[in-house]
Amino acid sequence: MSGTLMRRLLIIAAAIGLATFFLVRNGLTYGLDLKGGMYLALEVADPQGTMTAAARRDATDQALDVIRNRIDEFGVSERNIQKYGDDRIIVELPGIQDEERAKDIIRQTALLEFQNVLPTTEVQAALPRIDAAILRVRPDLAVAADSAARPSEPSPLDLLFQQQQQRDTTAGADSAGATASNRPEDRPFSSLLNQGPGEGEFLVAVENVNRVNEFLNMPEVQRLLPRNTVLRWGRSPQGQGAQLFRSLFVLKAQPFMLGTAIEDAMPGKDPQFNNTIVTFELNRRGGRIFGRETAANIGNRIAIVLDKQVVSAPNVISQITTNGQIEMGNAPITEARDLALVLRSGALPAEINILEQRSVGPTLGNDSVQQGKIAGIIGIVLILGIMIGYYRVAGVFACIALFVYVLIVLGGLSAFHAAFTAPGIAGFLLSIGMGVDGNVLIFERIREELEAGKNNRAAVDAGFQNAMGAIIDTHLTTLITALILYNFGTGPVQGFAVTLSVGIIASFFSAVYVTRTLFMLYINRRSPTEPISI
Amino acid sequence: MIKIFQNTKYDFVGKRRITLLVSIAVLAFAIVPGVINLAAGRGFFNWGVDFAGGILTQVSFTQATDEAALRQIVEPIAPGSQISRFGQENEFLIRAPSLGEGTTQVIEQLRQALQQQYDGNFTIERTEAVGPKVGGELQTRAIIAVLLSFLATLIYLAFRLEWTFGLAGIVATMIDLAFTIGVLAAFRLEFSLTTIAALLTIIGYSLNDKIVIFDRIRENMRASKREDFTALVNRSINETIPRTVMTGGSVMAVLLVLFLLGGIAIRDFALIMFLGVVAGTITSMFVAPTVLLFVRDRVGKHKAKEPTSRPARVAV
Repeated sequence: MSGTLMRRLLIIAAAIGLATFFLVRNGLTYGLDLKGGMYLALEVADPQGTMTAAARRDATDQALDVIRNRIDEFGVSERNIQKYGDDRIIVELPGIQDEERAKDIIRQTALLEFQNVLPTTEVQAALPRIDAAILRVRPDLAVAADSAARPSEPSPLDLLFQQQQQRDTTAGADSAGATASNRPEDRPFSSLLNQGPGEGEFLVAVENVNRVNEFLNMPEVQRLLPRNTVLRWGRSPQGQGAQLFRSLFVLKAQPFMLGTAIEDAMPGKDPQFNNTIVTFELNRRGGRIFGRETAANIGNRIAIVLDKQVVSAPNVISQITTNGQIEMGNAPITEARDLALVLRSGALPAEINILEQRSVGPTLGNDSVQQGKIAGIIGIVLILGIMIGYYRVAGVFACIALFVYVLIVLGGLSAFHAAFTAPGIAGFLLSIGMGVDGNVLIFERIREELEAGKNNRAAVDAGFQNAMGAIIDTHLTTLITALILYNFGTGPVQGFAVTLSVGIIASFFSAVYVTRTLFMLYINRRSPTEPISI
Repeated sequence: MIKIFQNTKYDFVGKRRITLLVSIAVLAFAIVPGVINLAAGRGFFNWGVDFAGGILTQVSFTQATDEAALRQIVEPIAPGSQISRFGQENEFLIRAPSLGEGTTQVIEQLRQALQQQYDGNFTIERTEAVGPKVGGELQTRAIIAVLLSFLATLIYLAFRLEWTFGLAGIVATMIDLAFTIGVLAAFRLEFSLTTIAALLTIIGYSLNDKIVIFDRIRENMRASKREDFTALVNRSINETIPRTVMTGGSVMAVLLVLFLLGGIAIRDFALIMFLGVVAGTITSMFVAPTVLLFVRDRVGKHKAKEPTSRPARVAV
């Protein structure tokens, strides 16, 4: 056996060995479409469009870290979280069961703020002016407010209003009631607010929450609210008789501390009322600030505000330093667990928009794998049949080359941890077509050379050489297309492109190099005149 | 030794006028069904959620239900949704149009509504939700990808052969593309990201097919400089017929298997590819050489020179 032949066989053996090694070590990764899972494309929200490109990039980087931490704490194996472009985040979660929960964990901003609760009298003075402003800007709303607030039948709400108005006149007589009329249609905003049970807290009937929000979002109204105060909703509605209310708190605008001061957070149950809670521990600096604020505000309320919603507003009874808790009422413990998780992993720099969501259930994925495998195997068998039937011994060579090809592609994909997707299977089969084409080109050329009267060795040499131009051209153009696909495609198209690229390279190696080597082995064993089977 | 189509002498480029007329007809076919669709207010293609934005949900039920019952649940949440049976008996595809920025939230609303009505007797097999922003972007990227792959191939072929070959190859491939686009629009097959992958693969395959014949033409040109160019082109096509049939046949066979057995997920993909490969094989033999002759007649009449670059000689 000649030296070159030996070298060729060694190279082929090395390629097979390497491919098998990676295949055994890494195994095949299946894409989300085949094994089931969720794909999300996220973006940092910028509703006003005020972020600069640099700010966006920073926010995206920060969000990427936070989301990665959260998913890791949540525990998803083989998760893939990566930045896409400058301001996108791609999250891939294989085999995820509860998609909504995962989405909530990712999206929860978890911006925790500690703010002082101010007495409602802080905003009382502004209410008549706010009412007047709303009437001026949107007279139509005033009429609607009237009909909404006053059903034709007297309801518990009406009774409550009367109580409320009485209380108003006793508590803050100098401010609200004196100048304004008491007819609700003249007070579109303040007629929706009822005095709450605690200091600094209004109650709003749940059906009026949207309307109040609409008013609060009007720039004319925002201007009239006293400086340094903000209004924040309570987290969950509370019942009072048959009517459900949401609390609206009056808070000092500037939080005295942020959630970044949290060292640890744990879910739990409040032993007294069996309510769901999240207890948290502050770091030393946070503890100092918290201690100072609680000491200065004994008897007052401090609001713990999560994502602009007041989760609890306890009365300060004594100085607290490093430990606190968030009340969650009768929420399920999983919710507390998730909240503790996001508190530990930090706040997102801004809200996150979901631009794209794709998910595949595990059964569907399984079916696709099965069908793809069956179709793939039958397709390959068909090609083997055609090749052997038509080219005989040379066809067998092509089949061996095809076997090497399949092994290299699978090994290559597992080496790069590239996922095998449904379009990937298609790309795989297509590159098989390319490999077969290479062999067909070569064999047809050899046949032509034999017919022209060349001997075996010369015909094989000339056949390979003459077919080479076309093989290189076809493989290169397809590779170019595959690379363009990879760069401009997303998700499934990229999967297709990756398999196609790996396939083209493997196809070139197997169709040309492996087949050539087999031919050399074949020809060496027979006399130049004995006809070869092609 | 089995031999097919050996030493054939078919005339592929003799009926130039017919070839050109059929080509123009196919180009028109690319546009007409789409324009009719547009006139009917349905969009040129049946754009999938990838491009139009919106939601696609595949739900299977363990209890009997029908489109009408589902419509009652879906309509209040996502008005204008399409509901159709898909695959197995109690499996449905719900396609909701884009609902602006809130598109991805509708999934959860749908799930809750289904839960209320069917109480766990259903499985959401697959969900795709694409916001309006992404949909438009994907469309742009796909068009850029197609144009770039054309450009890259043109440059490559101009460099390897001669620009007239590149032009002929691309014109012929555009006709394949036109045919496929026409079929997509006429039968309202869903146009998704996978469709783009299929179209780009057709482009790649079809160009390959033409390159093989062009390579043979170039080779023959070098071997016999006296031969009439039209006769030479015809001879080159005939010489490559066995290869065209073997390769085209193998690829078509695999695509047919994929179409029949590959499952619903890649059925459309396989169909489009199959049509594209058939078209590509035909245009390789008829259109590309005809265009090549046509272009050379117009521009290269007085300087009928052979290609300048040499073929690659790579020892393997």
